[in-house]
Amino acid sequence: MKSVDYDLVIIGGGPAGLTAGLYASRARLNVILIEKLVPGGQILITDWIENYPGFPKGISGPDLVQNMSDQAKAFGLKIESNEVMSLDLSEKVKSLKLYDKTVTARAVIIATGASPKKLGIPGEEKFSGKGVSICATCDGPFFRDKVVAAVGGGDTAVQESIFLTKFAKKVYLIHRRDQLRATGILRERALANEKIEFLWDSALTGIDGSSRVEKIAVKNLKSGEIRELSADGCFIWIGIQPNADFLGNEIARDQFGFITVNSRMETSVPGVFAAGDVRNTPLRQIATAVGDAAVAAFSAEHYIEN
Amino acid sequence: MAQGILEIEDSNFESEVIKSDKLVMVDFWAPWCGPCKAIGPVVEELAATFGDKVKFVKCNVDSNPITPGKYGINAIPTLIFFKGGEIKNQIVGMVAKIKLEEAIKNLL
Repeated sequence: MKSVDYDLVIIGGGPAGLTAGLYASRARLNVILIEKLVPGGQILITDWIENYPGFPKGISGPDLVQNMSDQAKAFGLKIESNEVMSLDLSEKVKSLKLYDKTVTARAVIIATGASPKKLGIPGEEKFSGKGVSICATCDGPFFRDKVVAAVGGGDTAVQESIFLTKFAKKVYLIHRRDQLRATGILRERALANEKIEFLWDSALTGIDGSSRVEKIAVKNLKSGEIRELSADGCFIWIGIQPNADFLGNEIARDQFGFITVNSRMETSVPGVFAAGDVRNTPLRQIATAVGDAAVAAFSAEHYIEN
Repeated sequence: MAQGILEIEDSNFESEVIKSDKLVMVDFWAPWCGPCKAIGPVVEELAATFGDKVKFVKCNVDSNPITPGKYGINAIPTLIFFKGGEIKNQIVGMVAKIKLEEAIKNLL
């Protein structure tokens, strides 16, 4: 029989991947975690986390990642910086094509997470890094005493808009509807914040400037009227899409591209599991990602043993 | 301070980067930037591998506003490669270590 490199390969090093790595290492599986950037995922760009239990004062995203990574490594988890380009799932032993080599594994956990969606409007690409951003904690301080626009109405958009008011003198919060989708406490804080001006029933339709963002076009969806506003920056938080482009068609996904799993985190392919934001879940939080991952690692262990 | 990575300021940017006879990679960062912190170890690993051929420097954009302003930086992390005083490549945001290694090899 051909030798197999690993019992388990975990793809992705956010909270789900690191948790799966912790459980798999403690189960003494021969496991490796592959991360294409650096461990952390989306929480690296999260300013402050106050809904992950165990940290009564809250914790910064990078600190939480560091803790999770240290904890998994303490039990022997190996993390490799590499990118999974494609999977060959036709045999019982899975084959993963990486950037510079191919590795084989008995089981795979996909924990690649999700990325912010783009609006697809004029100027969005052109001014990316020149005023257009998705990361308030990275780029917010560049907008001290300036005017910025934020797009979205969910938790991320509202929390990060509040964070931006620490620097910006004004934040336009542009939202398609006439009320916020964000959770109660964030809604309260945003509505009470004098630096935030809400542009309800509105959509951002264009971003313009010379070398960097100078003005934006906002359309009122009820009246159809478009107005131009001066803004120095533009933060876009309109939801996420799964990081699943490297997957073929063998693994079933829902209409939005998220991987469908059962309660054991099993995908449509035996021996392949998914956890965290990349799967079809009603809620995308650190708490739900780590829960998924514990189940996925347990299921993977069970699958490998049988 | 990590071995092999020089922390530069507005005052010595010219002498340490522009006038360097080696390829220079400048890592523009700030203490409040999570992704910057996260790529710190990657830059250190690159410095360990390529330190003899490439000069690795870091520039804190908070305490040194002139240099980032001059290069129009308003997103970090930003990595800029300089050779002979000219910008040869500019990478904004987090990038895989392998891609950075490639970028360096292409410029050597």
